[in-house]
Amino acid sequence: MRTPKTRERVVITGMGVVCPLGNDVQTLWEAVLSGRSGANRTAIFDASTFPTTFDAEVKNYDHRTRVRRPELHETASRGSGFAVGAATQACRHAGIDTETAQPTDGIDRTRMGIYLGAGEGALDHNTFFACIFAGWDPQQQKMTWEPSTRLGFARMKAAYELEQEPNMAAAHVALLTGARGPARSCLTACAASTQAVGEAMMLIRRGDADVMIAGGAHSMIHPLGVTGFNRLTALSTRNDSPETASRPFCGNRDGFVLGEGAAILILESLTSARKRGVQILAEVVGYGSSSDAFRVTDMHDEGRGPVQAMRAALADASLTYRDIDYINTHGTSTQENDSIETLAIKTVFQERARQVPASGIKSMLGHLIGAAGAAELITCVLAIRNNIVPATINLHDPDPKLDLDYVPNVPRQMPVNIVMKESFGFGGQNNVVIVKRFT
Amino acid sequence: MSAARVVVTGLGAVSPLGLSAEETWAGLCAGRCGIRRIAAFDPTGFPCELGGEVPDYRIQDRVPRTYRKAVKLMCRDIELAVMAAGEALAASGLITKGIDPEKVNVDPTRMASNIGAGIICCDLTELAPAVAASTAEGRFDLHRWGKEGLELITPLWLLKYLPNMLSCHIGIIHDIQGPSNTITCGEASAHLAIGEAAQVIARGDADAAVAGAAEAKINQMVMLRQHLLKRAVATPDADPQTICRPFDTHACGAIFGEGAGMVILENLDRARARKARILAEIAGVGHSHSLSPAYERLEPGGEGVRIAVEKALADAEIGPEDLDLVIPHGTAVPSDDLAEAQGLEAAFGPAARQVPVWPTKSMLSTTGAASGALDVVAAVRAIVEGVIPAAKNFDGPAAGCHLNVVTGRRVGRIRHALCCSYTFGGQVAALVLKTFDGEAER
Repeated sequence: MRTPKTRERVVITGMGVVCPLGNDVQTLWEAVLSGRSGANRTAIFDASTFPTTFDAEVKNYDHRTRVRRPELHETASRGSGFAVGAATQACRHAGIDTETAQPTDGIDRTRMGIYLGAGEGALDHNTFFACIFAGWDPQQQKMTWEPSTRLGFARMKAAYELEQEPNMAAAHVALLTGARGPARSCLTACAASTQAVGEAMMLIRRGDADVMIAGGAHSMIHPLGVTGFNRLTALSTRNDSPETASRPFCGNRDGFVLGEGAAILILESLTSARKRGVQILAEVVGYGSSSDAFRVTDMHDEGRGPVQAMRAALADASLTYRDIDYINTHGTSTQENDSIETLAIKTVFQERARQVPASGIKSMLGHLIGAAGAAELITCVLAIRNNIVPATINLHDPDPKLDLDYVPNVPRQMPVNIVMKESFGFGGQNNVVIVKRFT
Repeated sequence: MSAARVVVTGLGAVSPLGLSAEETWAGLCAGRCGIRRIAAFDPTGFPCELGGEVPDYRIQDRVPRTYRKAVKLMCRDIELAVMAAGEALAASGLITKGIDPEKVNVDPTRMASNIGAGIICCDLTELAPAVAASTAEGRFDLHRWGKEGLELITPLWLLKYLPNMLSCHIGIIHDIQGPSNTITCGEASAHLAIGEAAQVIARGDADAAVAGAAEAKINQMVMLRQHLLKRAVATPDADPQTICRPFDTHACGAIFGEGAGMVILENLDRARARKARILAEIAGVGHSHSLSPAYERLEPGGEGVRIAVEKALADAEIGPEDLDLVIPHGTAVPSDDLAEAQGLEAAFGPAARQVPVWPTKSMLSTTGAASGALDVVAAVRAIVEGVIPAAKNFDGPAAGCHLNVVTGRRVGRIRHALCCSYTFGGQVAALVLKTFDGEAER
């Protein structure tokens, strides 16, 4: 493989978001500063008898009103619909033209790529369950397939089935933008979009692309998604108080609040950004990835994987733990994650562990699963630009064993130049990205 | 900044032609066909009842003794991936915890895993009792599901079907703690994952990687989707031996199957230092996107294919005349084959009429994410042996296809091989492999 001639610096030139706290970056940031929760009673489907009856949904959103050619995205899943909305905003922010038939931005589309951490689309559960029921033989406790197959042919819709594929969000973004460069979509559970941003940065650094449309999109708010998480007892069941249910690092935290959304960042080589004369929002300076290689069900009890990913990101950025001003945690509000993440931060940050603010904005945003890291990374960039560290809300009853500075309940005005974003996923996937004020 | 050279030191495969890379390669050389009537479920009701199923195996016999209990958390995609990864690691001479915990010769933190995976459809039999308990008078009742149905689902159900669990199980068995990613780009996943793993090693983030993909498309729901998308052969009573005909004038659709392919990639200096047998070198990686409003089809003209192939050739710093083998995606869906052929021809220019093209899906079927990985395994073997087996089921080119599809076995040095894949959705990937020349300096 060609050896890169130079190591390109990678900057962020645009951002867009569709999430439970709002459908644009400004609304998201205002909500974060005011400490608002995006949680609500489940409205997408009737979850009234489920163990968890609330979530954090995207509200008042129709992707077809956000794009130039809605007919290209008519059948998009929720996640893909969020992706095209977030991508449209991010492109506009970065001066990338998605709104005229012949783009006027002068960017070579073969040098513009896409890297999303994106999840599968919801299946049509009524049809799916009907197909199962049609073939189930309760006496024999086995499927007789033919009636099920015949019902599937009669009721399943081709376009809808295709939209369940996890690469479809990237496909919609490609049609939206005309991007012909490197195109990948990954799904490393809750760490996916942080990984996408990290790997996209590497593609630009290596010279494979000038611009990468990077981020994530996901919605698991559907009956089977909630069933899966409920069975794992991963979700909060604080049904009487959805808005206070997500409480990372709190003593009586009882699980995460399932969210949904999409977040897109435009990554660009510094050369390209300067040539185009666009505003530079921040620089992406470090990326580290690791796996726990421990258990499918649990995190390594000493946080081995998170520690390695944090250290790899620092080394990649040629920084040390002393340089980090703020840690945007994974902070899910599960017992396990918040304890082990705290332990890992202590291992890496040593004597500075309690001095570095480390907040969990899932307390407000909910857990966007595949899209979580990218949405949270947007708030890291905003923290740098505004010199404000977002708070962990609902942190009124701290866990005595967890003693970092989680920025409880009130955002903090302070100089913020370098931020570490952590994301950890089921199965022990760990990804960390470091963003820095551009100078 | 200097980037490391990346070489292939191990192969593993599970395919409709056998449970190892060796059996798969032998089957391809013999022109065997792995397609037959589906046995995993009763396919009655499908217009075509054929598929590419892997031979029987017992997963308990194919994982370390200490891991046997964990097989209950493995869906079939995970099983296939774990088997191919184990074979590839064993073949490479790298000794991981999963191979022999007493003799480990790798640094687990310097090992990466980049695995391609498909969307995994759950086992319907597992859900059926819960669905039955939630159905009253023929109608599914979500209220009942939330109360009684949900309780009947095994607690760890979700973890069995997350795409990243292929990589996680491989990582746990072999103690792979370095960078790990799961690429979910349909049938382009394997080449994207292998390309990314090569870049991870080249940039110094790992010394070695397990890279490849696995997918089990022999599943009633998955098959329904392929038929609804009109990609699958819909001829009743088709002859399994001759039905799948990539680029052929009588091509009539794809046959879907299952499999896994894995390669061990390694930093050249590390591989040399441990005197590993080097099978081939990763020479170039190229990607692009097909822009087709009919998302399940490749765009007419194959522009995305052309761009990805040109990028891969540029990355390898070679021209099309330096290719001695091309393994295309070639599913035998006529419109996709034509578009791919046009894209390849545009990238190759005048060389298109000479470069040997060898499609494999007539024998292996379309194994989803795994298909590109099986092709890379085949390409490496072709390079090592200096042989291109004959294409199967190719009697004459489809209208508009001018590729030089190899109709007879060819023997001779393969300097460079190109593997190409694209997927519904549109991602396109190309990979250039090179015969390893120990003396060549760059």
